[in-house]
Amino acid sequence: MSSRSDDSMTKGTITNIIANLITVKVDGPISQNEICYVITSRNKLRSEVIKVEGDTAFAQVFEITTGLKVGDPVEFSGAMLEIELGPGILSQNFDGLQNNLDGLEETFLEPGKIAPALDANKKYEFRPIAKKGQVVKAGDWLGEVTENNISHKIMVPFSFEGETTLISVAAQGEMTIKDEVAAAEDNKGRAQSFNMVQKWPVKIPVRAYKDKPRPFNILQTGLRVIDTLNPITEGGTGFIPGPFGTGKTVLQHAIAKNGDADIIIVTACGERANEVVEIFTEFPELIDPRTGRTLQERTCIVCNTSSMPVSSREASVYVGMTIAEYYRAMGLKVLLLADSTSRWAQALREMSNRLEELPGPDAFPMDLPAIIANFYARAGIVELNSGEMGSVTFIGTVSPAGGNLKEPVTESTAKVARCFYALNQGRADSKRYPAIETVDSYSKYLDYPEFEKFMDEHTQEGWVKLVKKAKDLLIKGAEARTQINILGDDAVPVEYHRDFWRSEVIDFAYLQQDSFDDQDMNCPMDRQKFMFNMVMDLCTEDFEFQTFSEVTDFYKKMINYLRQMNYAEFNSKEFNEHKETLEQFVDEQRTAHEREGVQ
Amino acid sequence: MKGKAFSKIYTNLTKITKATCTLKADGVGYQELAFVDGRPAQVVKLIGDEVTLQIFKGTEGIGTDSEVVFTGKPPTIKVSKGMGGRFFNAYGEPIDGGPEVEGEEREIGGPSVNPVRRKKPSQLLATGIAGIDLNNTLVTGQKIPFFADPNEPYNQVLASVALRANADKIILGGMGLSNDDYLYFRDTFTNAGELEKIISFINTAEDPPVERLLIPDMACTAGEFFANDLQQKVLVLLTDMTLFADALSIVANKMDQIPSKDSMPGSLYSDLARIYEKAVQFDHGGSLTIIAVTTLNEGDITHAIPDNTGYITEGQLFLRRDTEIGKTIIDPFRSLSRLKQNVIGKTTREDHPQVMNSLVRLYADAMSARTKRENGFDLTDYDQRTLEFAKDYSERLLAVDINIPVEKMLDRGWEMMSKYFEAHEVGIKEELMEKYWKKN
Repeated sequence: MSSRSDDSMTKGTITNIIANLITVKVDGPISQNEICYVITSRNKLRSEVIKVEGDTAFAQVFEITTGLKVGDPVEFSGAMLEIELGPGILSQNFDGLQNNLDGLEETFLEPGKIAPALDANKKYEFRPIAKKGQVVKAGDWLGEVTENNISHKIMVPFSFEGETTLISVAAQGEMTIKDEVAAAEDNKGRAQSFNMVQKWPVKIPVRAYKDKPRPFNILQTGLRVIDTLNPITEGGTGFIPGPFGTGKTVLQHAIAKNGDADIIIVTACGERANEVVEIFTEFPELIDPRTGRTLQERTCIVCNTSSMPVSSREASVYVGMTIAEYYRAMGLKVLLLADSTSRWAQALREMSNRLEELPGPDAFPMDLPAIIANFYARAGIVELNSGEMGSVTFIGTVSPAGGNLKEPVTESTAKVARCFYALNQGRADSKRYPAIETVDSYSKYLDYPEFEKFMDEHTQEGWVKLVKKAKDLLIKGAEARTQINILGDDAVPVEYHRDFWRSEVIDFAYLQQDSFDDQDMNCPMDRQKFMFNMVMDLCTEDFEFQTFSEVTDFYKKMINYLRQMNYAEFNSKEFNEHKETLEQFVDEQRTAHEREGVQ
Repeated sequence: MKGKAFSKIYTNLTKITKATCTLKADGVGYQELAFVDGRPAQVVKLIGDEVTLQIFKGTEGIGTDSEVVFTGKPPTIKVSKGMGGRFFNAYGEPIDGGPEVEGEEREIGGPSVNPVRRKKPSQLLATGIAGIDLNNTLVTGQKIPFFADPNEPYNQVLASVALRANADKIILGGMGLSNDDYLYFRDTFTNAGELEKIISFINTAEDPPVERLLIPDMACTAGEFFANDLQQKVLVLLTDMTLFADALSIVANKMDQIPSKDSMPGSLYSDLARIYEKAVQFDHGGSLTIIAVTTLNEGDITHAIPDNTGYITEGQLFLRRDTEIGKTIIDPFRSLSRLKQNVIGKTTREDHPQVMNSLVRLYADAMSARTKRENGFDLTDYDQRTLEFAKDYSERLLAVDINIPVEKMLDRGWEMMSKYFEAHEVGIKEELMEKYWKKN
């Protein structure tokens, strides 16, 4: 956007107010998406320009507008909605505009109150990476500090244009985020001073990287139904639609706890405050098995809960994404979770409606698909200037109205997200958790040759083919069940029962997982590999059966043994005992039929 | 409560619709309260010097020369300890013949609690109803609606929940209440001898529908005074939120807004969330719990009102008539309390989660047996036993007229399981079986 100097700041006065939409008559130049402040006797209310007509700006106020008057003065900031990026973001709880919630002292969220995102007084031990005389550009690493055990890189600001030669770099030592860590001259010969903080407008993607290749490696979530059946890649995108009560939030929390990432950003967008409180309460106590440190240390929460002002809901998802991109530029593996993107879309709808735009389907704005697509496109794995890799993996939930997936938000998201985890009411009702639909859900990464190759090399030769085989068995099982339901138990061949129960084995013994059990809640890849091979061997072996009740009996018992294994520690004595019992049981079935064969 | 003595009086209305009027005025604040011929109204739109007012009582008889007075502030309520036992209308004016309440004046519908100042709700809220306490246990600071068809006795259930919940204050927000139900609440509360604990904000079916929009904010703002300032355990009852949502759609329609699903305004989710999110557990021990009623149309929970509600609240309690026993029960399948995990087996007895799950599972078996019977298939001995169990379970635990402590519910559960089933059929952990299973 155009930059304007301080003395020529544009001012204006309010002319109209409808809910949180105001129109402002201005005395100078303004830009689309520029931030302005309504000045009242009590406070300053942050707003964003969303439309300009002549000398009239239409702005959405990020706060309750009660008490605002026509004629109230407005000051324009000359900048878009920006957030502060620097050490001190991790473990923090921000609101949708990056106010530090712990820094707001009042019990209630008073309008217009601002709490700085970063602690300006805290001292960090700065260690230089770049050297004097080095030519650098946006995103290059100048040095590093340690933030919660993570190497936090201090970078040339993303907004820096072109290349520059460093005149000086600070020596190792304690300093605050506002202290100069390096100095340079820009291409016009003007002096530039860099400290540990930079600002970035949240709606613009950060592009300070060399290349953005196709995702190729798996990002483990510890959930078998995702990692094995519908894997998400590092830098991949996925979405979870589901009616209320199907376990969306429990699933997202499980992924946040077990996801194999360096950094987790949780964006609670228009959801229940008590769910965020649960994270506040639990994460400082839960230990990340990979680092031995608390989960809170690698987590940042951006929350705009459902009762907080609607317009900052939209901002909150962009704030979360920008923080994720920032840590990606340090060569870290970032997982971004947003619950729920439907609430964000609803916020867009409310504003579009007040602007009296012609509505699209279900009264959502016409450009909703484009907005969603642009957002999902910001995820991805990137090769940084230094040659290192960093990634943002994004999983969003969608709350379809009435649980019906034929609605604009779900449809628009399905076009861009590569993994689809459909939560099913029927599965939730019968307590089959996670309630991810086994047949309709998909991961397009299974069709990526680079992903197939990665799994061949890192997990097992032919892994993806085996996964696809499991999917076929599930489909076959579903078809068999339909036939059994229509024709009756006795009227179909025994093979139909076998097919149905094979799919039940995969479902009960492998895909279902207990998020509240200490052992079962997180299943690492080596364990998944072992169990999956075992289950698939059992489900592809042609056992012989005489009657359908024999089929039911056999597989039911098999499921029970497999589940006992899931609840036991991997490769423990208990685990191996269950395994032996199972093997014995299966052997009996084999020999029983061999004897029959001899007779 | 009428306008200030020196307020300017406007008398030139330029536009009148069924719910709103428009006039030219200066210095008016957004959402400010005004009076049009003495009728309360609120600023909903400011276009230059054109002010649009939503008149809560409707515009019948309003003339272009009506007197309009602005109060200079949004709707407020006076809060004090003296509110106990009183009945108010949607504007916070007494309707019980008593004097006006003196107290601190507060804006209604204020901001919500900072999430980091909340505490995880984990204090049991016992109601004595087993369909709630046993299967869908509630905690203080929770928000949960009853989903019920209009013919279910939801207000009676709500009243008994309120009286048994052991709250310090019960605040009733009645929206579109039938006069009979209003009197029922009044008499029940009076007869219980605990009228001092109860504060009511009432809009009956005879009152203008748009007035209803003020009721939840009035109730919650009063509730926050007792829960936060006085650190009390407050229960806010809101009935019927479907009628509240209907009033929202009336106003949206008059404001020319484009309707979204089921003719509801696009902001329905935010409008409902703003109210329900007032439920909170404070660090200091005070809490505000919301129990609401959302009436359904033939059990349809995909309609925009119950659907949006379900995404906001922490579960729902489904009322259903069980024809086998001729009583209303809390449906164990479709009901859910999301926060029950915080107390069951922790605050309550250790066997609670297992007993709860086993009973529901056996009841589910009974439902399949019933389908089997209806389709003319033969029933096994097990099927027969589940059916007998189901009747007993429904009658002595699920019915809404049950009133016993949680321990008694668990004992009853064990008694029923051992009466109808064998040990291996109930599927409960060994150590609990050894302790509680009593087979004759």
